[in-house]
Amino acid sequence: MGDNEMSTYDEQRLAELLRALPPAPAGWVKAAQELPSARAELDELVERAVADAEYRTTVLADLEAALREAGHEPDPARVAALRARLA
Amino acid sequence: MSLASLSDARLVSRCREGDQEAWTELVERFSRYVYAITTQSFGLRQVDAEDIFQEVFARTYEHLDRLRNDDAIRPWIGQLTRRLSIDRLRAGAREEVGVDDLEIPTVDETLARLDEALSVHESLAVLPEHCQEILDRFFCRDESYETIGEALSIASGTIASRISRCLAKLRDVWEGRSEGAEPSSGR
Repeated sequence: MGDNEMSTYDEQRLAELLRALPPAPAGWVKAAQELPSARAELDELVERAVADAEYRTTVLADLEAALREAGHEPDPARVAALRARLA
Repeated sequence: MSLASLSDARLVSRCREGDQEAWTELVERFSRYVYAITTQSFGLRQVDAEDIFQEVFARTYEHLDRLRNDDAIRPWIGQLTRRLSIDRLRAGAREEVGVDDLEIPTVDETLARLDEALSVHESLAVLPEHCQEILDRFFCRDESYETIGEALSIASGTIASRISRCLAKLRDVWEGRSEGAEPSSGR
């Protein structure tokens, strides 16, 4: 195989690898980037769950309901943040 | 030094210090990788992939203080994404068809390809900005010459040659990197 053929192959391979990583949906990325502030909103709920074992069990059984009850939108980022904090 | 040029270890260290911009960059750096593992390797539905995506970054954030090796953030995120994706597939199988012991397809080859793809993507960071942009738009975002031409205010007739030149530059960077540095943290 000559040098030119090798270069073409390498560039094709690089192109394939670039194509393998399309961007994640922008809304998902933004939500994950805003995690620190979303996480801070949950302080009160988490403190109560840490102090009250029964409440903690209730929260873990239905994270979305617990978020709603505490006045938060139960979007995937907040649900994940709450689960991670109580793990 | 821009955040995009920081090593993984340095970026993790900045995140641990509470640097919000560093966290933004960390999510940006690994978002495509996590997304690709959930959707390409495991074929999760978008709704499940989104849950896992958020779960991975939420756990990563909580886990920053406990990482034993900051350089290992990339394999750590990769393993976590893989484990959570498998759990989600198993939970779905239990709910939908009552199967407790779902056979998970072997995805090692796909994961290895995505690892390599992430390393190539990291190599983009050292190219001139116009090259990063045109390669990302054409290959990663699958934009047409026309769309790229309009967005970057360049004649669409020159786009193919620009892509070719930038790809050749990327190959040079990639070859230099492959001969020397480790792929995971050499940004």
